Amino acid sequence: MTATSEYSVEVRNIRKAFGSVDALRDVSLYARPGEVTAIVGDNGAGKSTLIKCISGVYKADDGEIFINGEPVSFASPEESRSHGIETVYQTLGLVEDLAIWQNLFLNREAVKGIGPFKFLDKNTMRQKSTEMLENLDVYIPSVKSRVRGLSGGQRQAVAICRATGWGSHVVIMDEPTAALGVKETAKVEALIHRLKSQGIAILLISHNFDQVLRLAEHIWVMRQGNVMAGMRAKDTNGDELVALITGASAGRK
Amino acid sequence: MKSNETTSNSSTSVEEFDASFLAKFRIRLKDPYFWADWMVVFAFLLVVIIFGAIAPTKFLTMYNLNNILIASAIPAILVIGQTFVVATAGIDLSVSSVMTLGAVTFGLAFTNGWSVLFACLFGTIAGALCGIVNGVIISKWKINDFIVTLGMLSIASGIALVLSHGSPRQVINESLSKLAIGAVGELPYLMIIALVLATIAHFALFNTRFGTHVFATGGNEDSARSMGISTVRIKIAVYTISGVLAGFAATLAVSRIGSAEPAANTALLLNSVAAVVLGGVSLFGGRGTIFGPIMATILLQSLSNGLTVVGVASYYQYISIGSVVIISAMLVRTSK
Repeated sequence: MTATSEYSVEVRNIRKAFGSVDALRDVSLYARPGEVTAIVGDNGAGKSTLIKCISGVYKADDGEIFINGEPVSFASPEESRSHGIETVYQTLGLVEDLAIWQNLFLNREAVKGIGPFKFLDKNTMRQKSTEMLENLDVYIPSVKSRVRGLSGGQRQAVAICRATGWGSHVVIMDEPTAALGVKETAKVEALIHRLKSQGIAILLISHNFDQVLRLAEHIWVMRQGNVMAGMRAKDTNGDELVALITGASAGRK
Repeated sequence: MKSNETTSNSSTSVEEFDASFLAKFRIRLKDPYFWADWMVVFAFLLVVIIFGAIAPTKFLTMYNLNNILIASAIPAILVIGQTFVVATAGIDLSVSSVMTLGAVTFGLAFTNGWSVLFACLFGTIAGALCGIVNGVIISKWKINDFIVTLGMLSIASGIALVLSHGSPRQVINESLSKLAIGAVGELPYLMIIALVLATIAHFALFNTRFGTHVFATGGNEDSARSMGISTVRIKIAVYTISGVLAGFAATLAVSRIGSAEPAANTALLLNSVAAVVLGGVSLFGGRGTIFGPIMATILLQSLSNGLTVVGVASYYQYISIGSVVIISAMLVRTSK
């Protein structure tokens, strides 16, 4: 990578319409490495559409995406992934009836064998899975257990682990703690801090202003498909965010 | 004093061990999957014990065991395909009539001078085509699997009737009849073929990426897709596997009967669905084994064989097999 940029990921003038509905009108924002960048906004503000454009699920009608300063274009989630962008969706994307290690290696299975006869290398995958989870500081009984038996926090940890275990440098998280209790939320937040310290850029979507102000370095406010404001988290407060989200305040860019 | 302490310590740890062992055992017994996985083995033992007690000289003979294994071979091959389909949360209701189409295709090719090997190949291809059509319509056009395969059930048996003009074709071939009656020791050739296919299927499901993706597609299709798995391709593949196996099993059916019959054997369809349920494969997809459904197939054949041996009229056998299927499904469900 020769191109260098201050930003791990940057989008410029992204537009996306579904039929006559303009989901994203003209969105420009960025995220720095080693920081949590929060995107807040009401339902329908365009947050999910935006992250789906970045993660390759949707193709933007117009606009540019830069990864570490390099212009990129994604036709599929795999292409986005191959550029080091991982997404942890609200639904987590885990298969409950598969073991933890199978989920961690889903569609990235390690195989061994000759020619067309390739068999799963289960030992390697189990061993690597154990190592991946050890970095997380979340109690997981065994990588052989099925995801079905895990708590919400443990599942979130497995999903985050899968997103970060492959040398990714941008992790998008959609409401990572919405379904969790207080203790588990604290665990996941600790996990996010840890990722941050590894230099990963984290794009966080959250409805929880306290959490956003606690975790994020930078905050973008979206409303009706537009970015209303972007500011450092230390320069704002919950009241201002509410005003921006509801449209009571016109915003600043 | 000191030694006393150690003894009391060790005795408590033994008790703890016992307690934790019992607790684990209790947890295991409460786990519905434990019952789903092992129910078929218990049921099989039950059938063997009951019929063995009623008619030990008729049921528990090598000759009769051989009969059960021969009768199990064809349904076992069909159930392998059904297992792949059900593991993706689908169902293939067309297996029995696809097999009939395979048999008619076999008969047509054979009576037109093709060798057994080529006739078998044509039968298998006919089955494969039905499977591909099922898979493509279900996965690409997102039409309900139940409806599509039910339609295919009718279409395949219709084509079989058209091609054969409704009448069976005699297939007389020495190697084919050897296949039907031969055995290695007590293990019939037909069952060996079924077991070889089952072993390959087991490896495909549990030791390849494809197998993992089959379970992922059935367990959570959205998750599988979000990880980049082409669930469309997986679904087409499993219906094709089911079609291929049904088309191939037709050769074995022809070898047993000695002719290619255009009449559909609906009992085989019930059997394949029943064995999948009995064998602990979740109808909601994502879970299952090959061993379970194969075992369940042998169980169902033992049951109908046992009923015949003790002299129950075949009409009652339909009732008893249907009941066993429903009861087993209820057992798995209520324990959830």
